[in-house]
Amino acid sequence: MKASHGLRRVELAIDNLTCSNCAQTVEQALRSVPGVKAVAVNRASGVAFVDHDPSETSVGALYGALKAAGYRTGSAKVRFHIKGMTCASCVTAIEGALRATPGVLSAHVSLGNEEALVEYVPATADLEAVKAAVASAGYAVADTPPPVSSTALDRETEERDREYRTLMRQWWFGAAVGTFTMIMSYPWLFPGLGRLFPRDSHSLWYMWAGMGVASLAVMLYSGRHFFTGAWQALKHRSANMHTLIALGTGVAWIYSTIALLFPGMFPSREFADVYYDVTVVVIALVDLGLAMELNAKGRTSDAIKKLIGLQAKTARVLRDRRELDIPVEEVLVGDTVVVRPGEKIPVDGTVVEGSSAVDESMVTGESLPVEKRAGDEVIGATMNTTGAFHFQATKVGKDTALANIVRMVQDAQGSKVPIQRIVDVVSGFFTPSVAILAILGFMVWYTFGPEPRVVYGLIVAVTTLIIACPCALGMATPMSLTTGVGLGALNGVLIRGGDALQSAEKLQTVILDKTGTITHGKPVLTDVVLGPGFDEATLLRLAGGVEKSSEHPLAAAIVEGARVRKLELPTPASFAAIPGHGIEATVEGLVVLLGNAKLMRDRKVALGDLEARAQQLADDGKTPMFAAIDGKPAGIVAVADTVKSDSLMAIQSLKGLGLEVVMMTGDNERTGKAIARQVGIERVLAEVLPQDKAFNVQKLQLEGKRVAMVGDGINDAPALAQADVGFAIGTGTDVAIAASDITLIKGSLGGVVTAIQISRATMRNVYQNLTGAFIYNMLGLPVALGLLYPLLGILLSPLLAALAMSFSSVTVIGNANRLKRWRPS
Amino acid sequence: MTWDRAVVDVAGFALIAFIVWFFWLVKAKGVHAAPTSGGYQEQLVLVKGGYTPDVIVVEAGKPVRLNFVRQESASCSEMVVLPAFGKSAKLPEGATVPVEFLPKERGEFEFACQMGMFRGKVIVE
Repeated sequence: MKASHGLRRVELAIDNLTCSNCAQTVEQALRSVPGVKAVAVNRASGVAFVDHDPSETSVGALYGALKAAGYRTGSAKVRFHIKGMTCASCVTAIEGALRATPGVLSAHVSLGNEEALVEYVPATADLEAVKAAVASAGYAVADTPPPVSSTALDRETEERDREYRTLMRQWWFGAAVGTFTMIMSYPWLFPGLGRLFPRDSHSLWYMWAGMGVASLAVMLYSGRHFFTGAWQALKHRSANMHTLIALGTGVAWIYSTIALLFPGMFPSREFADVYYDVTVVVIALVDLGLAMELNAKGRTSDAIKKLIGLQAKTARVLRDRRELDIPVEEVLVGDTVVVRPGEKIPVDGTVVEGSSAVDESMVTGESLPVEKRAGDEVIGATMNTTGAFHFQATKVGKDTALANIVRMVQDAQGSKVPIQRIVDVVSGFFTPSVAILAILGFMVWYTFGPEPRVVYGLIVAVTTLIIACPCALGMATPMSLTTGVGLGALNGVLIRGGDALQSAEKLQTVILDKTGTITHGKPVLTDVVLGPGFDEATLLRLAGGVEKSSEHPLAAAIVEGARVRKLELPTPASFAAIPGHGIEATVEGLVVLLGNAKLMRDRKVALGDLEARAQQLADDGKTPMFAAIDGKPAGIVAVADTVKSDSLMAIQSLKGLGLEVVMMTGDNERTGKAIARQVGIERVLAEVLPQDKAFNVQKLQLEGKRVAMVGDGINDAPALAQADVGFAIGTGTDVAIAASDITLIKGSLGGVVTAIQISRATMRNVYQNLTGAFIYNMLGLPVALGLLYPLLGILLSPLLAALAMSFSSVTVIGNANRLKRWRPS
Repeated sequence: MTWDRAVVDVAGFALIAFIVWFFWLVKAKGVHAAPTSGGYQEQLVLVKGGYTPDVIVVEAGKPVRLNFVRQESASCSEMVVLPAFGKSAKLPEGATVPVEFLPKERGEFEFACQMGMFRGKVIVE
């Protein structure tokens, strides 16, 4: 890095150094910075070497000059935690130390979350230098988080754990006091205690007074959150679960305390019993329920944790012809990354050298390893198997496919299923209605009920308040949605949100785009028919040689077909394209004609039975071309776009799900029908112009059907948007997210089946939860109100109500977690 | 009917009337979001047992930034969802989380926590 005469040399990586006079522009821009003595730009490697006097200029100024000239520079941003920050002056000290470090462009330190955000030039400073700068100011850097922000997630988990521990402590305290209170409320049920604390004795009164104090302690410690929650809600003129629990337990406590202190107010002795056990046990049970809920809830977001856990921690890059192990967040766009057998690929990129098979199952759901050669794209977080290769990083940090997937899944999990909106409206009225019901219950029992009326009225009111918790109702859809969307992500299906999920469940018709969706979208050589006296090698070698010079897309298929058969292709001596007919060329002294029947007729080539064979091939949706060598019919080469290997199975599965499958194509009817036959599709919309695709989707919708469109997401965008559900088939990292409702990371139709199965399973789960929660309240409320009492003599106790309430919430979450056992079939 | 029954019933109906009035009949007044130099209409929303303020009045056509600060640990409120604007955000305890959107049409749009226990409204004028 050091140059002579007090000058310092820096290497600046430039992203978009593409043309030769760019190099000149860059050189001039840098030279114009005062203090710069010499500039050398290497266009091939995209690096500028600048000798400058550090007393006159800074690396930041050099970067500024480059930016002003319109060039992107490879700077890296890093975010890390700083330990030991206590005051605002720490911020200034750390920022100062960071900015003074050569190569650091900017530094921002936040005291609130103890974080520093540093932008630096990796060629000059590295992460170690940045950390050293922080240390020089007297602070320490905590371990660097991975680039996909798992910090927020860690924090969430931490928060959840903390709350879980608090709730468990509150439960144990409540349970301990509760056991004691339950026994001492009815000492006459226990032979030994009955004699010690007989009814109406002073000893019992003191015991109950003690219980009153103990239960107050439980309310203050274990039940504090219910009371503060209820109060906060009340200030917003709203009511929620906290309100109901606080009201129920509070009413029981106040009644008991009045009965204890002023027994004379009650008409008869048995009215003056205490119900402290209700207060304590209900609080304890609801706390336990909340703790279990929290535990189960943590598991519903496992998918995200799994995805983030895929991220590689380090990368091996080539810099200055040396292999360096660096943290993955320091990898820059343009870096050459070295991957050895069995290693994780750290970021997205393009293979430049070497080859291997890569296991991409964690991102695409594709179970077989995918072959990668120079020019192929690799996805970060996937696993290299046996080979070794170098690749150039194209996307790093928050731009990688994995980071995008994580972000999208997080967004989708936070969205709402449309049906939830109805639930929301209902639950808005729910809590005050329950309070009204409880009051009515008390009034009815007090007015018409049996003696002791106050006690019955009280039990009914408290039970009603406690059993009718809107929790299960509120959690029914979000829990299933979170699990379902996560499940999709783990199977290579990105669902954009609850809307897409609910629409996908109700689909009736699936329109498949032919080219690129059902088929590979690239013509290949499929058939070779030989004329009399010719062999396949000769025919293909000559045809391939002729087509080598042609730019027609079908020509590429023939050339590739010949190459696959390891044929050495000759170069034609002369070559002429005959528009609308074909090609005439001279190869190895032979006159070769390649083209349609018209060309052959013009040149008086007798085709014989080849013509009938060509017709057959055309009926199968293939494009046949005749070949003649020195005026003799040599045969037919046929080219076609081939069906993807799993399309047939996927289409069968879609039909098995009861869906109508329609194919849409811009090709002529014959080609379309031929492909449709191969995959078992009956209805074909052929010769559809690109601009009419959306219109055709609408036509099907007008038949009263809910329609899905499956396409590659680029030219199909309007049709994808028009459809009730748009599926974009994104292959590899090229995920076309924006236009679609559901993105299939793996480029196969199997994903459509998986997506529809997942949405059906998820929506079934949602309905189960909603029905369960609804039935629970429908049954629980009347029983709590004592409607069964006149008929069967059944009256629920508040303790049972608390158990039932906790159980209903836990059931809902448990049912949502059951979804995780879903496997693609 | 004895006098004590009459008292209980009258008190009961009075309480019911109060609940209806308190929760459903009184309309909360909205808070106007303050315009910033950057052209945003900005409003701090405290998340603690509910949203404070829970009715936010904004102008149509100008971008809105709601800064949510969650000051409680109850997991119910860990997420805020604005379905009308297609936005949702996780709210870590203590951190300020900005949620930005552009209200195009007039009307009242609800926002709520994921379970719908807390709710608020954006009124676009």
